[in-house]
Amino acid sequence: MSRIRRSHRSALAGLVVTATVLPLAGCGVLGIGGSNADLQIYSARHYDLEGAFKDFQDETGVSVEFISGNDAELLQRIKAEGADGEADVYMTVDAGNLWNAGEQGVLKPITSPALTEGVPSDLRDGGNQWFGLAMRARTTMFNPDKVKPTDFDATNTYAGLTDSKWKGRLCMRDSTSAYTQSLVASLIDLDGRDKALATVKGWVANGVDIKSNDVELLKAIDAGTCDVGITNHYYLARELKKNANFKVTPFWASQSGGGTHVNISGAGVVKTSDNAAQAQQLIEWLATKGQSAFVDGNHEYPVNESVEPEPVIAMFGEFTRMPLSAEAYGSQNADAVKVLSEAGYK
Amino acid sequence: MSTRASRLVGTGRGRWSALVVVIALVVSVPVVSVLVAAVGAGRPALPGDLGEMVLTTVLLLAGVGLGSAVLGVGLAWLVTAYDFPGRRLFSWMLVLPLAMPAYVLGFLFLSTFGPAGGPARLSRALFGDSWVVELLSGALGAPVVMTLTLYPYVYLLARASFRGQGQATWDAARMLGASPWRAFRQVLLPLARPALAGGLAVVMMETLTDFATVQYFGVRTVSVGVYLTWKGSFDFASAAQLSVLVLGFAVMVLTVERILRGGARYDSRSGHRPPAAPHVLTGAARWWACAAAGSVLATGFLLPVVQLVWWAVRATLADSSSLSTGRFATNLTNSAVMAALAALACVTLALLLTHGVRMTGGRLARGAAQLTTFGYAVPGAVIGIGVLVAFAALDRWLEALGVPGGTGLVVTGSVIGILASYVVRFLAPAYQAVDASFTTISPSVTNSAFSLGASPMRVLRRIHLPLSRSGIAVALVLVAVDAVKELPLVLLLRPFGFTTVSVWVYELANENFWEQAALPALLIVALAIVPVWFLVRQVRLAEPHQQVTS
Repeated sequence: MSRIRRSHRSALAGLVVTATVLPLAGCGVLGIGGSNADLQIYSARHYDLEGAFKDFQDETGVSVEFISGNDAELLQRIKAEGADGEADVYMTVDAGNLWNAGEQGVLKPITSPALTEGVPSDLRDGGNQWFGLAMRARTTMFNPDKVKPTDFDATNTYAGLTDSKWKGRLCMRDSTSAYTQSLVASLIDLDGRDKALATVKGWVANGVDIKSNDVELLKAIDAGTCDVGITNHYYLARELKKNANFKVTPFWASQSGGGTHVNISGAGVVKTSDNAAQAQQLIEWLATKGQSAFVDGNHEYPVNESVEPEPVIAMFGEFTRMPLSAEAYGSQNADAVKVLSEAGYK
Repeated sequence: MSTRASRLVGTGRGRWSALVVVIALVVSVPVVSVLVAAVGAGRPALPGDLGEMVLTTVLLLAGVGLGSAVLGVGLAWLVTAYDFPGRRLFSWMLVLPLAMPAYVLGFLFLSTFGPAGGPARLSRALFGDSWVVELLSGALGAPVVMTLTLYPYVYLLARASFRGQGQATWDAARMLGASPWRAFRQVLLPLARPALAGGLAVVMMETLTDFATVQYFGVRTVSVGVYLTWKGSFDFASAAQLSVLVLGFAVMVLTVERILRGGARYDSRSGHRPPAAPHVLTGAARWWACAAAGSVLATGFLLPVVQLVWWAVRATLADSSSLSTGRFATNLTNSAVMAALAALACVTLALLLTHGVRMTGGRLARGAAQLTTFGYAVPGAVIGIGVLVAFAALDRWLEALGVPGGTGLVVTGSVIGILASYVVRFLAPAYQAVDASFTTISPSVTNSAFSLGASPMRVLRRIHLPLSRSGIAVALVLVAVDAVKELPLVLLLRPFGFTTVSVWVYELANENFWEQAALPALLIVALAIVPVWFLVRQVRLAEPHQQVTS
């Protein structure tokens, strides 16, 4: 009994100490009542943004702070915060997400000659609510020991993978990935729903091996357990930087046909922003002078055609892109999810 | 606040009943907001393979539940009843896998047992095929990884219930001629039942709401469905409707828990008794025991940590600029303070709830207390939205009442929103742990105190608090560790400039920068070890140093 009482007392003392110290420590944390930077960015893109923002601040004196998160959730947050919200810029990956943000009415249309000049028309919103800033290509990747470039169907490479010669040799991303969904949405837009469904069914019939991320997928091709896969180009650039002998080569899809599937990261000014002018200035800078600082950290292609891509990806050669329809990526996304599940694609 | 006036048993307890109901209602608000969003929506855009998702969820729950029960109870019994090399060390180290987030271990499994990993290459070199190895990076990986990271919940509670009473009861049964298996089945398991049920409920809820780990392994549960629906169709209302389905699963889990408990109560009449000396294992048996505990610890914790350290070193050598010390300190402090605050808040509430239920003994109070555990069964991001919606409504309401500015950004402008959502989400494990330890306090102890004229508050302070100390310690640890690992809530509700270690891991891992994410992942592990270490010390303090008799 006395033992219990003793440890009980020490436990109580511990509690008292914690209860007094914690609020004091917590004050520092709890005291955060908003931010003191000029611009606040809600970003669902997490590739090394600090560098580009720092360059912008050095150049213009405008300070930038950002919060990373998931696109759908950040959008809900902007809506819930309403007029009280601090966000000035919403930045995200995937044209469908940008289109959706525009549809939800959280972005402000802006008039900017710099942006209409610098960003190709299919990579920005017709209503000027958002603008693409970085471009990624999702294309076929192969193991050069096992596949020759001439094995591919050059007209419609994605649908060509349904050919029985690829049986048991394919690896692709899971259906929960936004990359897969956008690719299928663009195929629905390009070939029509029936053909797109047949394509996905064909992949499944070829016993496609599903991987849960692009890096594992590329490593599987390098290890020789898959011969062909579809991934974003920059993951290959990343692996090649780590290991120059990485045995994967890109094949630019559908160059004699519709072109290679691309997607963008982009940004728009939030409607409730108190610093719309500075927010616009930042987006303009990212699309022009800041292009390299913004895209090179992740080995992406600049959207601005007057800016050169970095050497690592310039090595992959030039390619023609499938014209990007953000509306299709956005509005067909739900249908793409249905097609994938109808086809039994995991 | 003890009153000297003697009171009749049962008076003044209406207030406790009210308190329990009020806590339950406040905690349920975010869940209810989600329900409202679900009901307000039109026809849901449900995924086509919903039936398959439900089946997958059931299978995963069964697998992880069974695995955690076997590992948790088995290992708890092993370190309580037997003495073998390294027993004292194992007894606390077996809690460590709790500090390893499933999303981190999951990725390690993926890269280790994937086709490009060492074991698969070796297998191909030896047998020409590697499909057996690759099973661990496929669908089988999900239950294995989740079992390895979740069994400590069962282990902790089972060990607490074996300590003090298991040994003596076991000895009695054995002396009366029961076989070891029969003694275990008929004497010990019933004894561990409340703990097992509470632990399993926590494990299953964690399994239910996980969406990161299962996606690595391509396992499509209902929670994955919530995210697919939400992100695929940009439709939060449909996601909310699916969340209701996840809630349905939670109700099922809690029902199973009730059945498992079976209303059985085994309480000691004399508070805690010092545990008897463990049986010393000899010969090969002791090495088997050592190997069993060791292999679980190695796969669930030690080897993964080694792998993370190796990656962290490589990443740092490749780019030392990642070691900006300021960020380290800030993120660590943020995580630590949030975890501590969450633990204190949840445990205080859990204690009030269990005590309140004991004071009133009514169905209403017990039902209300049960209600508070539902938050744990809703995917984190959905709770986060619920909190956002609830506070936004409060804000509008205050403004309508003429309060200038209303609450403004009380949720996302400060960490209050995160804390509130932590309480909603983590009250369940705290309540389970405290409640499980309350079952070992006989109602007659409570009643004696009353008949001697103690007030409910005094009973709480002088009887219930000290006697449920072990449960409280476990609850503090569970919540603190959970809070350190939690991601979706922080991501959604954090104010500008507020980053925790888990967010840091997410930002890197989300883009597959795994080597760079190893360092912050190690920080999560290190931080989560702290409360575990405190728990171990607490247990040691309560136990006199055991003389091992041979």
